[in-house]
Amino acid sequence: MSGSLTILRAGPGMTVQDLGRPGWLEYGVSRGGAADRLALAEGAALLGQGADLAAVEMAGMGGEFQADSDLRIALTGAPMRASIDGTAVAWNASHLLPAGARLAIGAAQSGSYGYLHAGGGFQTPEHLGARSAHLAAGIGAALAQGDVLETGPDGGQGTGLGLTPENRFEGGTVRVVASLQTALFPQAELERFEGTAFRRGARGNRMGVPLESDGEGFRPDGARTVVSEVIVPGDIQVTGDGTPYVLLSECQTTGGYPRIGTVLPCDLPLLAQAAAGAELHFRFIPLEEAVELERAEAERREGLRGRVHPLIRDPRSMSNLLSYQLISGAIAGEEDVL
Amino acid sequence: MARESAAAAAPGIRTVGVDGMLVSFGSRLSEPANRAALAFRAALAAESWDGVEEVSTSLVSAYVRFDLRHLDHAGLRARLEALLAQRDWYAAALPGQRRLWRIPAVFGTELAPQLPQAAAAAGMSEAEAVASLSAARVRVQTIGFAPGQPYLGELPEAWDIPRQSQLTTRIPEGALAVAIRQLVLFSVATPTGWMHAGQTAVRLFRPDAEEPFLLRPGDEVQFSAITPEELQGLRRDPLGGARAEDLS
Repeated sequence: MSGSLTILRAGPGMTVQDLGRPGWLEYGVSRGGAADRLALAEGAALLGQGADLAAVEMAGMGGEFQADSDLRIALTGAPMRASIDGTAVAWNASHLLPAGARLAIGAAQSGSYGYLHAGGGFQTPEHLGARSAHLAAGIGAALAQGDVLETGPDGGQGTGLGLTPENRFEGGTVRVVASLQTALFPQAELERFEGTAFRRGARGNRMGVPLESDGEGFRPDGARTVVSEVIVPGDIQVTGDGTPYVLLSECQTTGGYPRIGTVLPCDLPLLAQAAAGAELHFRFIPLEEAVELERAEAERREGLRGRVHPLIRDPRSMSNLLSYQLISGAIAGEEDVL
Repeated sequence: MARESAAAAAPGIRTVGVDGMLVSFGSRLSEPANRAALAFRAALAAESWDGVEEVSTSLVSAYVRFDLRHLDHAGLRARLEALLAQRDWYAAALPGQRRLWRIPAVFGTELAPQLPQAAAAAGMSEAEAVASLSAARVRVQTIGFAPGQPYLGELPEAWDIPRQSQLTTRIPEGALAVAIRQLVLFSVATPTGWMHAGQTAVRLFRPDAEEPFLLRPGDEVQFSAITPEELQGLRRDPLGGARAEDLS
């Protein structure tokens, strides 16, 4: 059955995102899609549906929503405080949002991008074969108060499931392979890059994030101008002042600044989720190792559905604790299962 | 042409990130390298190998993104080498279905304030610069950076002027900017190091139109000088006064 969700309040930077639109690079449109693609896979596993369905991406701040019909929902990505009609509900979990109920989502407690998924996915109009807003390209728009999001037919069933996410919300070490212009940088600069503790700059967004550090900027050898070449998400571009800038989902498609390396796609969720000020380190690994890691991660994401487990409810989050039958051995909390 | 082919570097294959390969036909922009990249990309698209997810071109290269679970690096590289060996890509014809676009543009005035600076860098008076830029018939060498945004070339030698090291904070949509013997017609407002010498009313990307992209790689473009008042009138036209004629 299809349904809909009305947005009562939207934080800035709330958009509909799916896996993006491949196939338009030739016309200057980058793939785009969710900043944290792993979160889409997690939401799909929790709801037992395809990872290609669109979700609502919330940049740092949630919003308030009202179901116009019973909806199965899932919450993934950067953990945010969430409640349904005033009762706290778990993140990284699926829930029933009954018709008329209000879902309130607060600010990210760590990380940058939270996701709200619905059974059947959100069915906003497609542009060039995808529903993802690509604001840098002028496709779609940020969601706002009063918007009504239709959901597709929900073929799945059941809620009250949880998934323990890979912790990728506090920065850390990301792995990098050499790319087109890595050889333009002297070995000593590459080593300094690996040895530097960077901070994710505050000006980051879906296009990319600057990497701040206390040391000097990074310099390629000799000529600064390289012929403009294809850019892929994860490329670490070094601009004129020597600040590395990691390009993300909504990046431009070509660029003339030298790139010191490329972050592995499987480590991009950690990079995209790092909040402003989070510490980041970079480590070069051989291409062969990167290929194996990517293959393993693709398999792991496909198997996520086998890792979901029934939600163990935290008694502290149950305002009506005394109304539960606690002594007979019956499992309480099943009212969360559709 | 034979001499140019001999002068061009042999094509090289490099990796892009973990799941991409780039076939480059030169280390700097040249007419044969650009032509080779366009033709090679068209051949790749026609081959449509299993596991290839996306193909595109930049100025002198063709890019392939692939699914690591369906193709490995050695296998894809061997296929690319075999395709490269099939012919002299530097001598390839331009893509089919090419068009000549005539696009009205205001040169200079407060709408395109860097014309004087660009003309001086090219060693011309402003009038000479306008005459040169509007006489040039340039080709869409690639589309990139932003949706539908063409790199147009090649301009006469005098326009081999550098990009500014100090970026212009914001160049508007439809801006025509010049540097390194190329013109870029901007499809979105953005910071840039290119010099803003002209302004058009053209919209290069319309996501909801039946044909979302105005230009294709291989198309030719000539800009005709108009007044700011005429440009104002063209802003109501979705094509901004641009008119195409078939070249094929």
